[in-house]
Amino acid sequence: MLLTQTEAPAEAIDLVRNLASREFLIFRLGKEEYGIEILKVQEIRGYDTITRIANAPAFIKGVINLRGVIVPILDMRIKFNLGEPHYDQFTVVIILNLSGRVIGIVVDGVSDVINLDTELLRPAPEFGGVIDTEYIIGLGTLEERMLILVDIEKLMSSAEMGLLEDPVK
Amino acid sequence: MGTDLEQFYQIFFEEADELLAEMEIRLLGLDIQSPDLEDLNAIFRVAHSIKGGAGTFGFSDMTELTHLLESLLDKLRKNELALRSEMIDVFLQARDVLKQQLDAHQDRGVADSVEIDAVALKLRTLVTEVTSNITSSPSSADSTAATVDKPAQTESTDSALTTATYRVIFSCDDLRPAVMDKLLTDLALLGKLENLSDPSQKDQCTLRLTSMVSEEDIWEALAFVVDPTTLSVEAEKINQPDNSVSSVDSVDSSNETQEKHTQVENVALVTTDTQQSLNTSEDIKEETVATSSAIPSPSHKQVTTVAKTSKSARNEHAKTTSSESSSIRVSIEKVDQMINLVGELVITQAMLAQTASQIDPVLYEKLFNGLSQLERNTRDLQEAVMSIRMLPISFVFSRFPRVIRDVASKLGKRVELKTIGEGTELDKGLIEKITDPLTHLIRNSLDHGIESPEKRRSLGKSEQGTITLRASHQGGSVVIEVMDDGAGLSRERILSKARGRGLTISDTMPDQDVWMLIFDAGFSTADAVTDVSGRGVGMDVVKRNIQELGGRVEIDSIEGSGTKISIRLPLTLAILDGLSVSVGDQMFIIPLAYITESLKPADADIRTIRGQGRVVQVRGEYLPVIALHEIFGLEPAVQEIHEGILVILDAEGSKAAMFVDALIGQHQVVIKSLEHNYRRVPGVSAATIMGDGSVALILDAVGLVNVTKQKAIYAA
Repeated sequence: MLLTQTEAPAEAIDLVRNLASREFLIFRLGKEEYGIEILKVQEIRGYDTITRIANAPAFIKGVINLRGVIVPILDMRIKFNLGEPHYDQFTVVIILNLSGRVIGIVVDGVSDVINLDTELLRPAPEFGGVIDTEYIIGLGTLEERMLILVDIEKLMSSAEMGLLEDPVK
Repeated sequence: MGTDLEQFYQIFFEEADELLAEMEIRLLGLDIQSPDLEDLNAIFRVAHSIKGGAGTFGFSDMTELTHLLESLLDKLRKNELALRSEMIDVFLQARDVLKQQLDAHQDRGVADSVEIDAVALKLRTLVTEVTSNITSSPSSADSTAATVDKPAQTESTDSALTTATYRVIFSCDDLRPAVMDKLLTDLALLGKLENLSDPSQKDQCTLRLTSMVSEEDIWEALAFVVDPTTLSVEAEKINQPDNSVSSVDSVDSSNETQEKHTQVENVALVTTDTQQSLNTSEDIKEETVATSSAIPSPSHKQVTTVAKTSKSARNEHAKTTSSESSSIRVSIEKVDQMINLVGELVITQAMLAQTASQIDPVLYEKLFNGLSQLERNTRDLQEAVMSIRMLPISFVFSRFPRVIRDVASKLGKRVELKTIGEGTELDKGLIEKITDPLTHLIRNSLDHGIESPEKRRSLGKSEQGTITLRASHQGGSVVIEVMDDGAGLSRERILSKARGRGLTISDTMPDQDVWMLIFDAGFSTADAVTDVSGRGVGMDVVKRNIQELGGRVEIDSIEGSGTKISIRLPLTLAILDGLSVSVGDQMFIIPLAYITESLKPADADIRTIRGQGRVVQVRGEYLPVIALHEIFGLEPAVQEIHEGILVILDAEGSKAAMFVDALIGQHQVVIKSLEHNYRRVPGVSAATIMGDGSVALILDAVGLVNVTKQKAIYAA
């Protein structure tokens, strides 16, 4: 996996500063709002029939057929213990394309796409939310809302997610 | 540079690549004692085609080298020179250099000019050798000497040896001088042109054309310009002495023409050349005749054989052209796009069928007929499209004779290559990616596996080692094995090396795990680093490459008698025959290849061992029962074995009975990789998309059977 972001949060902030402003897709998990880089998002779709995978962790819901490609679906609500996992016609799946690897994540809802100025970013404090600060690019503020900006590629290729055979350490 | 031209460049590069590959195969297949004329001709044609292409695109370096190749090959195929093994070496080197030049023109790497010069020099030496050795065919010797000095100029003389001569007569009184000039220039391009027209007879033109083109071609070239009713094209009877006289005549006449038509200048020049060469030939001929009057004029004889050769060469050319036109070049993206579209079509078709199942078949009979036809057609279409990407593995295997020949001779070993299952088809993408790892494994076998002839003799083995390449389909995967009958792996050496490198090992590790240590980065047990292998770089790369393809590597080795490395690759695009079964609300596909039978067992046939392990008696045999719902943690629809179905699996020798709820049906499914976006799942080899668009997992029969076997061992 190609990781463009660096290990330490401080360096990550540097990197963000260098990259001027970027567009983020904001989604909800329980009461928290998260942002991921829009360029990593392939599409957003509804929740379809899923084929379960044996002996997989609970947050891995299974695989779907996305136009001929087998795509694993992860429920971030289960993974992070946020929100009640219920599946109906309003359930949203964000299909991510991370260096050619296609993964779907189930979230509570997608709110908007925003252009975040790098100056509005703050480093994540050490305790942070449910996500290890290692995977957080920074915290953004939009009016009264706090957005947790996640390095989704790094998160998905981590050993914690168990998506890869040889996770990046 | 225009895009159009770029496109042609690309076609030339691709074709040249293929031609070079063909040349290599032919060269390696040549029997040195009695080379097949067919093969020599084929190699000659390859050299010629590349020369032509390179000339068109102005790659003069390639033209030069191929020209030298051509000259030597020409001598060989005319039996003027006996084939020797060193010539094959030079040819192979020349092939490599051409490949380098080709790559250099594509901005991939730089051609080594020293090597080019060296090869060119070797070729020249071999060609000149012919000249000095053979006195009985003076005209060819002359032309060869000329070839060495000024290859470009003697081209026509060269071709004159492999061509026919035509007398072209037509009426030219109504032709304007400008048209006439153009005509003569055009004809001069086809070959050697001599104007035999009598200046006094203004309305009749007589030309002599010595060219490689056929009579029809000349006819076609002229028919648009002159009155076809007055045109006659005849092949001249070849008569050497006569020819030389008339060609002297023709020099005079063409000299006359030269004043009027300056464009024909170069033709005259060539004619002069020929005249000289003929003079020389006559001198020598006198000598020959003096020595033995019984022998017919050699030049004459030669010309006749040449005429024959050129004729057969043309026939063959026609043959190749027809085989070329039966295939077309299509970019792989287009094929992939088609495969995806067909996949979509299949799903749409299934959707329609499902919707239609809710309506009354009596009322809509025509609709149902149409739908069933659609289903058949889509299935056929899918199969046809899938087969486009599949190529036989001989595409990879065919390059190894060369590798083995080169490396074995470098190491002073004698090695024979055996290939089995060359027709095994696999995806083109896999073919491309498996080549490098396989090459590496073969080089390894050659270097570390096969011992030197002396050592083999002392061990009581035959001096010639054998490397066997075998490809076969095994269920959903392709297995490629590289076997050698060499020294095998040494357990102690590997363990001590591993210890030295600080790897965590134990003395009681099973052999399989010990062998896998050689895939660690930087691991080499070779005592000496050679330029073939031994640096310890490579085996880890091999393993990584194969894993990237979703495959695995296994090693079997017996010290002293050989090593077998098996590569198991998934067939990403292969179609698998499978039986779909249901367990709870899930559907699974079991590869049909592993199924021997399915049965509904009687309650009395099920026995337990120590209260847990269950076995079923099938015709006197006790087979372990694998309950799929237990392994996959599902809630089955039926709990009791005798209420469900047992599918008897035979996976690589071990048998087991798999307990499922029900059988659904038999399908041809398209294998989709699960690893591409996810990871490997134990007990599952891949996934597929069912008719309704849902995903079903394909079970890994071998893995499942082995898992239970291991469990049984632990339990015991």
